[in-house]
Amino acid sequence: MVERYVAAKTVEEALEALSGGDATVVAGGTDVMPQSQAGRLKLGRTLVNIRRVAALSGLALTGDEINIGPLTTVADLNEHDLIRQHLPVLADAADKFASPQIRNMGTIGGNVCNASPAGDLLVPLLLLNAEVELRSSNGRRRMKLQDFFAGPGKSHKKPGELLTAILAPLPKAGFTARFEKFGTRPALDISTVSVGIAGVMAYGGLQEVRVAFGAVAPTPMRGPATEHALEGKKLDDAAIEAAAQAAMQEVKPISDVRATDWYRRELVHNLVRKVLQDVARG
Amino acid sequence: MSLAVEIAFKLNGSPVRVSIPATMTALSMLRDQLNVTGTKYGCGEGECGACTILVDGLSVNSCLMFAVECDGRELTTVEGVAANPVNDRLRDALVEHGGVQCGFCTPGMVVQSKWLLDKHPHPDRHQVERGLEGNLCRCTGYKKIVDAVCGAGGSNE
Repeated sequence: MVERYVAAKTVEEALEALSGGDATVVAGGTDVMPQSQAGRLKLGRTLVNIRRVAALSGLALTGDEINIGPLTTVADLNEHDLIRQHLPVLADAADKFASPQIRNMGTIGGNVCNASPAGDLLVPLLLLNAEVELRSSNGRRRMKLQDFFAGPGKSHKKPGELLTAILAPLPKAGFTARFEKFGTRPALDISTVSVGIAGVMAYGGLQEVRVAFGAVAPTPMRGPATEHALEGKKLDDAAIEAAAQAAMQEVKPISDVRATDWYRRELVHNLVRKVLQDVARG
Repeated sequence: MSLAVEIAFKLNGSPVRVSIPATMTALSMLRDQLNVTGTKYGCGEGECGACTILVDGLSVNSCLMFAVECDGRELTTVEGVAANPVNDRLRDALVEHGGVQCGFCTPGMVVQSKWLLDKHPHPDRHQVERGLEGNLCRCTGYKKIVDAVCGAGGSNE
């Protein structure tokens, strides 16, 4: 039961409220509200609203990385010039996200902290080698996003910590990245599977390949076997099929209300093939 | 009972001060506390858009919003989609095209369409379909609703 409500205006106020333990952070509310109403999430004794913490908003290019404030909404990601210019795969995933109303409310920080295996911004962030900054009253630390996730809905963020930045290095020249998801309804569907592939185009193939998958394992995952199958290979039909086979073998999906394990593997195979054919066409 | 919090905001242009439980939804505050019932409860989980309102000009699902987050903001519900040339055209177009069947989704459709027309005064059909993708019509009367919003924006197709 909520006994204290804190509408924080600064990071320090939010951290102070979190330091007491048993606190729930809310920003856009699009996940916390329905999950708590349905009884799937138990709210802590302190409800910490961080929506008015100005320092957690905004987007900036600092040095060779883009610093994305966790309160950046999905709609802002889709429309912001810095994202469109430097990280278009993230703008594309934001465009395919939920509905206009949810894009206007939901934040990138919420999508990261919810740690859903199906979180639609997480696959592109993995492709971009994004990192997260966590702050607590004891200091701050950074970690790679791929090390942040611990399981469905679970992360390595400690109870007194607050996500204070999402950092994506500027991709090098020639970097290309694609994101595809599959659901039964174009809008508002939780992805049955999602696939992201990135790399630097050279000699008709991809180098420094990065592959990531959503909704096929307890956390969003990188696909090292698929990356290995693609690295430096000319993207002909045989290489594309080999990569699609590697992908369907390395994912670890479950059967649930949205699809069976078998169906998800078939989808991964077909989406990887589709994305690579698209990359090969340029 | 959850902790009560006092908040103040503008609802359809008028100042409101209200004490609400910290965990209440904005939708429940509007309907159950303030008796402003034009905004509808459809699914309660952001899937249907019947509860769409504008907060500082942005359309949101009021069923997903904490009421406490309304503090200091400007809310517009279907009751506050005021008479002006754009809104009049939207209303007339919905009537003219028969974009209303049972009417339950209509408040959400109207508010979401207003947001869309504020953002894109002359949307093409694809923009209208994308703009309304978060709103369900159980009567499945989508074609007439999309026709109406296109008409209100000055494009027939």
